Amino acid sequence: MLRKPQLRLVVTFPTTAEALKTEQAARAQGVEGRLIPVPRQISAGCGLAWSGPPETEPALRAVLERAKVETEQVLTLTI
Amino acid sequence: MIYLDSAATSFLKPPCVAQAVFEAMNTLGSPGRGAHPLTLAASRTVWECREAVAQLLGAADPARVCFTPNSTAALNTAICGLFGPGDHVITTAVEHNSVLRPLYRLEERGLELTILPADARGMICCEDFARALRPNTRGVVCNHASNVTGNVLDVERIGAFCREHGVYFVVDVSQSAGVLEVNQQAMGASVVCFTGHKGLLGPQGTGGLCVAPNVTLRPLVVGGSGVHSYDRRHPAQLPEGLEAGTLNAHGLAGLLAGVRYIQEQGREELYHREMELSSAFIQGVRKVRGVTLYGDVDAPERTAVVSFNLGEEDAGVVADVLAQEFGICTRAGAHCAPLIHEALGTSRQGAVRVSFSHMNTMEEVKRAVEAVEELARRL
Repeated sequence: MLRKPQLRLVVTFPTTAEALKTEQAARAQGVEGRLIPVPRQISAGCGLAWSGPPETEPALRAVLERAKVETEQVLTLTI
Repeated sequence: MIYLDSAATSFLKPPCVAQAVFEAMNTLGSPGRGAHPLTLAASRTVWECREAVAQLLGAADPARVCFTPNSTAALNTAICGLFGPGDHVITTAVEHNSVLRPLYRLEERGLELTILPADARGMICCEDFARALRPNTRGVVCNHASNVTGNVLDVERIGAFCREHGVYFVVDVSQSAGVLEVNQQAMGASVVCFTGHKGLLGPQGTGGLCVAPNVTLRPLVVGGSGVHSYDRRHPAQLPEGLEAGTLNAHGLAGLLAGVRYIQEQGREELYHREMELSSAFIQGVRKVRGVTLYGDVDAPERTAVVSFNLGEEDAGVVADVLAQEFGICTRAGAHCAPLIHEALGTSRQGAVRVSFSHMNTMEEVKRAVEAVEELARRL
């Protein structure tokens, strides 16, 4: 095992632009998380996904809505 | 050396542009390809460049600012992506070959093309657009500012005409971006094509197109996109849909620095400075015996581009003497815009084009005027 699996909030996007918009907006609002390669359990249009602690989901959803980000899936996964 | 060839490329640049390219080459990976720190840094830089360009050019959505190596590639993408056999397209005689040649090539495959004539001053009559309209008219392609005369087309009026008749409007802002006000939404342009290395002060090898939200283009080039790798077809979504292959992230870092510089300094302020220099040159040479100026040099809105000839002298010879004896860099010839030279009557002679940057000085203008005066005495 390369690293210990963790429960994470994972958001996927149709385009790289939406992923970058998410990073920019989340950073501006101080919401914890980072961009990661899309986990193999899920498929997405864009190769980048957002990963953060599960408890940040309400804050992140607010960020996504305010920044008008188009997402594909918002999931809680063990990765 | 006095550089008066900014309409060809912005040799005079703020130092932040080259510095940004240097830093990018030392810090950026491949944009849009993976998620390690260097590639994310490249993706962020490219995204910031999309945002900066969208803001400066009045584009609705940064994600629809698609980068290309230059304006020619952008125009080919727009023209070939929107029009095809059976379509009628209206363009003008003041266009660059980057507009004319893609249209000529489509014409060979069945596109109907109308080229609105220019008068002896290289000006287009806006009423001609309505007269050229046909039932199968699908679009208008034209520039915002001529690379030969510096005169501008009323793109907001042409845009309104296009909206009224439900046809695409493709605008070439190669000579106006970063100089004049360019607002894609205000002009109602379907696609705005720009280059990065002229008025936007970025490096060569950068450019792109801003695609309006309701417009879909067939891509000219397909291949690696960084997304949907197992799909046999290139993804349709923008910007990746029009950006096959690795982007010039290093160059785009420089373009971002150039656009930010313009925004910090104020586009209007920079424009005002270069127009003062251009006007001083015009006032200095227009009274010189033997000098012919082209276009409407007194137009209230124009760019800092001035074309002239000395008597019947070959423009290439004049430019060469200016460079060799006076150290003044200008551009002679047809400027890749053959039809406007036909209208001006300069197909054989060509014209000498001087074009100013806000970084030129009044002393340089004075020396350029003196050089023209000296050459005129030799006629």
